[in-house]
Amino acid sequence: MNSLVFEIAHMLAASLVLISFVQLYQDRLYALLNTFALHSLALACSVAWQAYIQDAPHLYVTAAIALVFKAIVIPVVLHRIIQRLKIHREIETVVGIGLTMLAGIALVALSMVVMLRVTGGADPLARQDLAFALAVILLGLLLMVSRRNAVGQVVGFMSLENGLVLAATGAKGMPLVVEISVAFSILIAFIVIGIFLFRIRERFDTVDMQVLDRYRGERL
Amino acid sequence: MPDPVALVLLIPIGAAALLAVLPGYRLTSRLSVLASLLTLVAASSLFVVERSGPGRYLFVDDLNIVFIVLNTFVAFTTSIFSATYISHELESGKLTLNYLRFYHAMYQVLIFAMNLALVANNIGLIWVAIELATLTTVLMVGIYRTHEALEAAWKYFILGSVGIALALFGTILVYMAARPVIGEGSDAMIWTVLIEHVAAFDSSLLNVAFVFLLLGYGTKVGLAPLHAWLPDAHAEGPTPISAVLSGLLLNVALYALLRFKMLLAGNEGAIAPGPMLVTMGLTSLIFASFMLYRRADVKRLFAYSSIEHMGIMAFAFGLGGPLANFAGLLHMVMHSLTKSAIFFAVGHIAQVKGSQKIADIGGLTVTHPWLGWGLVLGVVAIAGLPPLGIFMSEFLIVSSTIAREPLLAIPLVLGLMVAFGALLMRLNGLAFGEPRGSSAPANASYVPMFAHLVLVCVAGVYLPAPLVAWFRHVASLLG
Amino acid sequence: MALTVDFLVQGLQMALVLVAAPLLTGFVRKVRARLQRRRGPSLLQPYRDLYRLLRKEVVLAESASWLFRASPYLIFAFTWVAASLVPTFATGLVFSWTADLIAIVALLGSARFFLALAGLDVGTSFGGIGSSREAMIASLAEPAMLLIVFPLALVAGSTQLSTVAAFMASPQAGLSVSVGLALVAFIMVAIAENARIPVDNPATHLELTMVHEAMVLEYSGRHLAMIELAASMKLLLYASLLACLFAPWGLATSGMGAAAYAVGAASYVAKVTVIGILLAVFETAIAKMRVFRVPEFLGAALMLGLLATLFVFLSRSL
Repeated sequence: MNSLVFEIAHMLAASLVLISFVQLYQDRLYALLNTFALHSLALACSVAWQAYIQDAPHLYVTAAIALVFKAIVIPVVLHRIIQRLKIHREIETVVGIGLTMLAGIALVALSMVVMLRVTGGADPLARQDLAFALAVILLGLLLMVSRRNAVGQVVGFMSLENGLVLAATGAKGMPLVVEISVAFSILIAFIVIGIFLFRIRERFDTVDMQVLDRYRGERL
Repeated sequence: MPDPVALVLLIPIGAAALLAVLPGYRLTSRLSVLASLLTLVAASSLFVVERSGPGRYLFVDDLNIVFIVLNTFVAFTTSIFSATYISHELESGKLTLNYLRFYHAMYQVLIFAMNLALVANNIGLIWVAIELATLTTVLMVGIYRTHEALEAAWKYFILGSVGIALALFGTILVYMAARPVIGEGSDAMIWTVLIEHVAAFDSSLLNVAFVFLLLGYGTKVGLAPLHAWLPDAHAEGPTPISAVLSGLLLNVALYALLRFKMLLAGNEGAIAPGPMLVTMGLTSLIFASFMLYRRADVKRLFAYSSIEHMGIMAFAFGLGGPLANFAGLLHMVMHSLTKSAIFFAVGHIAQVKGSQKIADIGGLTVTHPWLGWGLVLGVVAIAGLPPLGIFMSEFLIVSSTIAREPLLAIPLVLGLMVAFGALLMRLNGLAFGEPRGSSAPANASYVPMFAHLVLVCVAGVYLPAPLVAWFRHVASLLG
Repeated sequence: MALTVDFLVQGLQMALVLVAAPLLTGFVRKVRARLQRRRGPSLLQPYRDLYRLLRKEVVLAESASWLFRASPYLIFAFTWVAASLVPTFATGLVFSWTADLIAIVALLGSARFFLALAGLDVGTSFGGIGSSREAMIASLAEPAMLLIVFPLALVAGSTQLSTVAAFMASPQAGLSVSVGLALVAFIMVAIAENARIPVDNPATHLELTMVHEAMVLEYSGRHLAMIELAASMKLLLYASLLACLFAPWGLATSGMGAAAYAVGAASYVAKVTVIGILLAVFETAIAKMRVFRVPEFLGAALMLGLLATLFVFLSRSL
């Protein structure tokens, strides 16, 4: 395989991990949304490049879905939701940003060690894609866990989905079922999130999850 | 003669489409019951009709045939139950007519999704079906729109989605392991093809895949420590949904795990999934049985009981061996029937007494004899007393443990005893003693509850031979 | 004979660094002024300032100790040595076997140590503020610098500057994510170490916003001249380091002849000019950060360095 082609794929996937870190660093809601849009853009580029390398035209569709839905539509809609609901615009974190970043680095290291050791037989492109994909998934999970704001949790979940799309494209030849399912989950998640954000705001006048936590039935 | 497998799927989804547009409450509830009955008939015909070979997307084998019939049966009885339950909710104003349409349509979609997960032959399709089922239940848990309901639904959504995402990653890894052997494309995702070639897969990749699948689908099964969504979702959603969650969805998720366990069993180099399942199972069992003591809400009590039983099942499958696997499969069926019966009773009780708190409910056998004694029978069954079905499966598990890993039998029996004590203690307060709460007559349907309980009683003493044969065959495949 | 020439060349480099440093400072100031639509001071103004300071009388506080008087010389010495080790127009010079990245970090660290002590020495509160802030920045910038050295050393196979420069100039290097990340991290650390915006404003008069300036508030006369020159040389050092590590094309190797040296010198001047312009543009475009945000800024640099190291391991094992 042409080394330059490989290097570009490597760079695009690595930029996805880097943008996940930038997401972890954000403490303001609009900045988080913009970073998420950038994240999805990087995903779209990465998937499109993979489509070019693997000569798999259906992946272009996935890239287009990622670009239109996740880089444009969803950030715009979430922007409007935040404005309409007047959600408090700073996101408090559960632990300080420094500790979160360190945890993020540990997760990236872990995912690389695990995936590289395990995928010994596959071709280098797939191996690196899976390693980076797992890193993005774990960083998305960390983002969800470390934010107290419902919108922050939702963005974390969506960047987790981005990691999954990267993994699915890395697995060459995975049939359309996965693409449909991933697109489907985007749609349904979007609808459910919309309903819930409105209902939660309506009921609680806030989307701070700690307030919600008071209504947790029965402490353990 | 239309293919019963296709019918099992088409009837619910068709009914859902119809129910979404029809107005009027009585018509929709009757239609829902009718659709569930037709689905049950289609599923039962699988016992008699010649089984066709595995298709690219759907198939029927010894493992899922019982579960399809069980699924459709419990769905049918639950739809009967929910007809009376929901009418009461409508009268008391907790739900409006629009939500009712939504509820019935979503219910049929849920049945469709669960059936799809059971008959799917493509691992990606299993994933899609379970995700769809999760999403529909999330929407239904939040249907009451109270503070607690929204919190429960949001928590369920977040945790469920994370679980689903991890399960998808595991699925992708299984595909990666299969691709060098089977080739690219959808062939590498068909389960029947995978099981034939699994011995040649890369073992370490399969291991990591199984870990992710265990974490992902394990969240849906409710194994500790991934169970946090379960008690709230059971307590805050409508009771038919609690019955379906406990009785059916947890089973479907465990079924998915079993399919992957069968894959791993075929590959020698792969890590034994046993120890992982055993650990998670024991943790769930011990944790849940201790939690049973301090519960103040009756639905939450039985939610923890579900966690406990799922732990027992995971333990049994983790232990492995023909006897324990057989016992695990039997336990899945028995638990499904018993738990849903209990929730049927609890639903009506909570409606009559106007509260879900244990402190507000008492002396049921005096004020509402049918409900009270039904509950007594159900709790006695779930606690594992002979001669009911669950006793048989628990006994088999314990004896298998003592024979193979005697040390593990100690925490197992301890957990069982603790749960037994807690349940009987609570039952005492609920069913006997001074009546508390209102004594108004319950407008309830007793048939579903007692139908389940009769089946459980019968299974305690006699199991039909074909059933035993199927389970034995599957137990040997599970490794 | 060849040895004498080599020593001459090395001496030339040392002199070049000494003489060119104020020019770079003046150049950056001029470009900033132009960007702000001012005419700005002349390019040679820093030389005039140094000359003026050298002729002035030293005024010492009564509480100043010997450390206060010795520090400027020590700082100047450390910085000059470090600056002359970094290849400017040629690699492989006589002293280049000592030109190790870690050695340079250590030399600069020693210089900073004495500067901080001098700030504390006189006992004024502003000196104390400056020293404590400097220590805070250092505690993050130095690990970040080392974490930048790691991936470069791993990729090139050595921490010696000549080896790294030779590797990066060769076609083996190619596009590399790790090196890109290391570059970004290096720029962030360089800004922090040289006390430029957004970490510290070199032109500020407000003591409460000072970091570097606060430590040298009490200095005057030739002491101040040495410290200013040392600061200019530090800036030139980082610019040369950036040019040699990440853009080493045009560097001559020792012994190639005067023509090669001339080409090397020309490319060096071009690179430093470009870096100076970019620095001026960056400083004009961005506002100074509040002091408590500096750890986050440097933490980001640290993290980029860590990521770069991880990615090197990833590429290695693929």
